[in-house]
Amino acid sequence: MSETPEPLLSVEGLEKHFPITKGLIKRQVGAVKAVDGLTFDVRKGETLGLVGESGCGKTTTGRLITRLLEPTGGTVRFEGHDITHMSQGALRPLRRDMQMIFQDPYSSLNPRHTVGAIVGAPFRIQGVKTEQGTKKAVQEILELVGLNPEHYNRYPHEFSGGQRQRIGIARTLALKPKLIIADEPVSALDVSIQAQVVNLLEDLQNELDLTYVVIAHDLSVVRHISDRVAVMYLGKIVEIADRKGLYERPMHPYTTALLSAVPIPDVKARGGRDRIRLQGDVPSPLNPPPACRFHTRCWKAQEVCKTVEPPLVALAPGHQVACHFPENAPAPADAAPEAAVPAAPGAATE
Amino acid sequence: MTAPLDVSGQELQAAPEAVLDGAQGKAIEGRSLGQIAWTRLKRDKVALTGAGVVIFLILVAIFAPLIVSWFGHPPNDFNQDLISSETLAPKDGTGISADHLFGVEPVNGRDIFSRVVYGARISLLIAFLATLLSVAIGTLLGVMAGYFGGWVDSVISKAMDVFLAFPLLVFAIALAGVVPDSAFGLSGDALRVSLLIFIIGFFNWPYIGRIMRGQTLSLREREFIDAARSLGARGPYIIFREMLPNLVAPILIYATLLIPTNILFEAALSFLGVGVRPPTATWGGMLSDAVRFYTIPHFMFFPGMAIFITVLAFNLFGDGLRDALDPRAR
Repeated sequence: MSETPEPLLSVEGLEKHFPITKGLIKRQVGAVKAVDGLTFDVRKGETLGLVGESGCGKTTTGRLITRLLEPTGGTVRFEGHDITHMSQGALRPLRRDMQMIFQDPYSSLNPRHTVGAIVGAPFRIQGVKTEQGTKKAVQEILELVGLNPEHYNRYPHEFSGGQRQRIGIARTLALKPKLIIADEPVSALDVSIQAQVVNLLEDLQNELDLTYVVIAHDLSVVRHISDRVAVMYLGKIVEIADRKGLYERPMHPYTTALLSAVPIPDVKARGGRDRIRLQGDVPSPLNPPPACRFHTRCWKAQEVCKTVEPPLVALAPGHQVACHFPENAPAPADAAPEAAVPAAPGAATE
Repeated sequence: MTAPLDVSGQELQAAPEAVLDGAQGKAIEGRSLGQIAWTRLKRDKVALTGAGVVIFLILVAIFAPLIVSWFGHPPNDFNQDLISSETLAPKDGTGISADHLFGVEPVNGRDIFSRVVYGARISLLIAFLATLLSVAIGTLLGVMAGYFGGWVDSVISKAMDVFLAFPLLVFAIALAGVVPDSAFGLSGDALRVSLLIFIIGFFNWPYIGRIMRGQTLSLREREFIDAARSLGARGPYIIFREMLPNLVAPILIYATLLIPTNILFEAALSFLGVGVRPPTATWGGMLSDAVRFYTIPHFMFFPGMAIFITVLAFNLFGDGLRDALDPRAR
């Protein structure tokens, strides 16, 4: 993948706290810290995978970037524009370049609209005129995503799940966006259809020079499609690295545990690895554990993990980890994990 | 990267979901949900009968003067020659003949058939327009409450509670009693009809409003609304283009089921003497007159049957419509 120095999307310290109110006067008694300080860049042409368990804030992150939700803190910069608190009116022209693929193909298409109306909606909403008319443009896009352009006048209920997701992708592509946020694009589909849709996304990326942020909980899908992967736990990124580095040399214990849970189709190969079973449930984001949020379930946790939050630091080129006791870490002179342990409390000033 | 897939050459023909979607079964080119509902409705004989009766009644109401002129007995003409001067009852008990299909009234001998036909005009006019008013207010406020939420929702929902707690019948009697013979530039029947439409329509909106609010709340969470928002759609676009097409079915269903309720309410008000004033023929007014002549049952029977058949037909049609438009709501 080509790398340009200036990131297409730049997220810094992004936060979303959902207030919990009580009583008649709506007194705020707490907040669900769904996303609590995310920082990452997405470069043009690459695919960033965002993985994590249910409820870790992946979907919220996607919705914050596309401004379907209002961030509580931090900044989101898209192509150099600060869109964090931009008004919806000012945002409208930028939305052409930033689109979203939705999770559930049964709920993301209006059942009362024809395919033509659904895929043509971006043109109508954005007031875009095409040379040969909207219908021709829509039919070209339908063909691009592998649907029969003759199905222009059909309704969503006449299609299968995979076909519906293709309709959703066609709508996303209508205005030729630069960035696509795909929120669990295949998790609602059959495994056999998942591969088709994932391959379609890859082909479209090559053809149209797209940049993706793919949100998923399926590590195999993410491995297949991503150039870089960010692992989230309870609203924070615990590890971010290029695909190869993350899957072959995971440094954060949580990543290691996640990867060990991926099913291996080959029965013979199964014996050769240790599965790490995490104890307990994900703590509530309403009242997350202090310091390192993973310490309640981590087998390597020590006193320091409960008192000092590990910062997200680069332990290898392009490989950032937020852990006091990373695994597989390279051992250059001063950044050796063993050496870093005693120094960590002092280094991790928050 | 994986080997590129020949996407354009690939045609997915799997359609297992079409089967799951139920009655529409086979995928036919471009059938909208409305068309599917229509084919389903066509199979429902009971609902079709109801619809037939409804259409017949509407035609009767529209062409009432024409129908009555065939028989030559205007609804307010006295036919005293058919009335026995001693008992004040029709001479042969009912007065039913080829000339007077439903017989004549006691005392003054007015033709019951003509009065029932003209009564349909008042009943249906008031019921339809009152329903239209309820649906308009209810949909507007219900969708606003559901879509905007927050304090808008609180205010509208509280208003609905107030309206639902309102003693409508008592209020209607009181209001209809104090309004003078001419007001708001209207007088006579036009004023009474407008007043009834306003009272019945204005106080029924919370029922449909609540349904619309609930439907909007559930629609708002659907991803296609988010999809429209992420494309930069404004509020009006989302409400009118994305939500309203999904609300047409419940609006139609509840409007059809509200009409018979309104017919009954209008009849009740006329029966109580606060509806359209005599001598204008109304079904409720005729029933009210007939109460004094309980020994002459046909006087009560025909307007009573008219109300009964009309309400039944609307209800059967409304139920069938609901089954056709929303098969899961049985």
